[in-house]
Amino acid sequence: MSTTAGRTPRLSAGTRRRLVHGGLIAATFGYVGALVVAPLIGIAVAALKPGLSAWRTVFADPYARHAYLLTGYITVQALLVTTVLGVVVSLVLSRDRFPGKAVVSALVDLPLAVSPVVVGLAAVLLFGLGGWFEPWFAARNIQILFAVPSMVLVTIFISIPFVIREVAPLLQELGTEEEQAARTLGASQLQTFFRITLPNIRWGLLYGIALSTARAIGEVGAVLIVSGTIAGQTETSTLYILRAFDEGQDNSGYVVALTLAMVSIVMLFGIEFFRRRQEKGHSA
Amino acid sequence: MSEGIVVQGLWKRFGSFDAVKDVGFEAEDGKITALLGPSGSGKSTVLRMIAGLERPDAGRIWVGGEEQTGKSVQERRFGFVFQHYALFRHMTVSRNVAFGLSVRKEPKAAQRSRVNELLELVGLAPFASRYPDQLSGGQRQRVALARALAPQPRLLLLDEPFGALDARVRQELRRWLDDLHRELGVTSLLVTHDQDEALELANEVVVMHQGRVEQIGTADEIYNQPVTPFVAGFVGAANIINGYVSAGRIRVADGVPADAGHLPEGEKAQAYVRSHDIRLTTAVGNGAVSADVERVTNMGWTSKIHLRLPDGQVLIAQLPNEEVDWIRPGARVYAGLRDAKIFSADSTEDAATDSRPAEVSEAAG
Repeated sequence: MSTTAGRTPRLSAGTRRRLVHGGLIAATFGYVGALVVAPLIGIAVAALKPGLSAWRTVFADPYARHAYLLTGYITVQALLVTTVLGVVVSLVLSRDRFPGKAVVSALVDLPLAVSPVVVGLAAVLLFGLGGWFEPWFAARNIQILFAVPSMVLVTIFISIPFVIREVAPLLQELGTEEEQAARTLGASQLQTFFRITLPNIRWGLLYGIALSTARAIGEVGAVLIVSGTIAGQTETSTLYILRAFDEGQDNSGYVVALTLAMVSIVMLFGIEFFRRRQEKGHSA
Repeated sequence: MSEGIVVQGLWKRFGSFDAVKDVGFEAEDGKITALLGPSGSGKSTVLRMIAGLERPDAGRIWVGGEEQTGKSVQERRFGFVFQHYALFRHMTVSRNVAFGLSVRKEPKAAQRSRVNELLELVGLAPFASRYPDQLSGGQRQRVALARALAPQPRLLLLDEPFGALDARVRQELRRWLDDLHRELGVTSLLVTHDQDEALELANEVVVMHQGRVEQIGTADEIYNQPVTPFVAGFVGAANIINGYVSAGRIRVADGVPADAGHLPEGEKAQAYVRSHDIRLTTAVGNGAVSADVERVTNMGWTSKIHLRLPDGQVLIAQLPNEEVDWIRPGARVYAGLRDAKIFSADSTEDAATDSRPAEVSEAAG
C-alpha cells in the first residue's frame, strides 16, 4: 500500500484538534451561560422591571429590613466561628496523625452531602423538647430552638466545610519546613502561626471564608426548620423571599434575591481581584 | 566536657522502625563535622534531634558544655539549613534574613545593619528586595545560610544543603561554604550522602548506616582505613571480589592479588577494591588474576574497562587513558591490586548465610 492511500482524506489532525477544543470551550460557555449567567440575568430583569417603586417598597418594609439585619448578624457570627474553627480543624487534619483521622476527614464533608433540611431536623431533635441538650439550656432559661442561636448553629455547621476544603489541602501542600525553619530561628509557636502559616494560607482562607459566607447568606432549608419563621424575629432574607412569593409579592422577592446574589458575587470577584493584584506585584 | 557537640546513646523510633540506634559521637568546637551515609541511614534524624525538631526516645545531647536534651527548638536556637531551602516565600530576601532577629525584637537599626552585613557576606546584596521564587537554587541556599547565621547561632546544622542543586552549582557552593567557614569558624554539623562533600569539607566524618555509627574518623582515616565493609564500599570501593584466605593472601581464581594476613586461613573473604586501584599488565606476577577484557568505555581522560575473571566474577577498572591505551576488548590481561580492603565474608551483609566450607581450606593448602 502506498503512503498516500493510508492517509485519512477528510480532516487534518490540526483541524480535528481545533474542532475538539472549540467544542469543549463552547460546552463550557454553554454551561456557564445557561446555568449561571442566564438565571442571574433573569432575576436582575425581574427585580429591575417594576422600576424603583419595588425597591422603595422593600426597603420601607420593616420586616425586610429586619430580615437583612438578621441575615447579616447570623452570617457574621457564623463567620467568626467557621474561620477560627475551620483553620483549627484544617491544621489538625493536615498536620497531626491520630487514629480515626480518615473518618473525621470524611465527616467534615458531611454537611455538603446531607440535605440542610436533615441538618435542621437534627438540631430540632437535639435542642427541641425531649432532646439531649434541651434540659440543660432550659434550666438556664436559654432559648435555642425557634431563636437566633439555633439559626447560627446550623449555619456554622453548613458553611464550615467550605473553609476547611480550601485551607486543609493548602496546608498539606505547604508542608511544615517553613514553620520548622521559623522555630529554629527562635520564633514561638504563636509567632510561627501568625508570621509564617497564616500569610501563606491567607488567599485560600479568604476564598474559603467568601464561599462559606455566600453559603451562609443563601441558607434556607435548615434555618427554615429551626427558626419557626417568625416575621420580624426569626425571618432571614431567604425566608423573607419564600414568604414574599407565598403571599404573591413576587417583586419584593426578586429585589431581595438580587441584593443577596450581588453581595456574594461582589465578594468572590473582589477576592479574586485582590489575589491577582497581589500575585502580580510579587513575581513580576 | 567538650565545647563542641556531644551526643550519647541517641535512639529514635518511628512506629516499629528504629531510625537511629544508640548513636554517639563528639564534634569539635569551631570545626565542620560531617554525618555521612546513604538515605535512610538515620543521619538527618540525628541532626533534627540535635536541632530539637525531633524528640529522641533515649540519649542525651550537649552543645558547648550545656545539656540540650530537654530544651525546645526555640530555646536551642541553632542555625538550621534545609535541603529545600525552606525560605519564607511571602517575604523578601532581606526580611527572610531579618526574621531570626525580628522575632527576638531586636532594634530595627541593628536588624538592618546585620542583614546588610550578611547579604554582603553571601554576595546577595543586590537581591535584598527580591522574593525567593525570583532566585536560582544556589542563591536561595545562600539566603537560607545567611538567615540561619543572622542570629549568631553557636551551632550551624546543615541538612543535605547542596542536595537539591545541580553538580556545577554544588561544587561552587561547597568551595564557598568552606571559605565562609574559615572566616566565621562556627561549629557546624553537615549531613550528606556525598562522600566527596564530606571528605572535602569536614574535619571529621561520622559514617552512619542503618541507624548506627559505622566509623568515626578524619577524612583520611575513613578513606584509607575503613573499618567495616560498608564504609569501604561507601567511600568509593566499587568492586567486591569474593575469594578465600590462602597462605595469608586472598585467593581469587588463579591469583592471590592482596594480603589477607589478618584473617584465619581458609576464611571466606571479600576484597573491596576501588576501580583506580587496579593495575593491568600483560605479564603474570605479584599474584595478579588473569582476566578477559569485555568492554572498554572512554570516559574522557579515563577509560572504564570491564573485566571477566576466570571464575565468572566481574571487575571494573577505571584508569587514565595513557595507562590503558593498549587494551582492546577480547584481550587477555592480568589484574593486580594496588590497594584493597579485605574483610571476612561473614562480616559482610550479603554473605551472612555462608559458613566456612572445609574443602575450601584444603584447596587453599
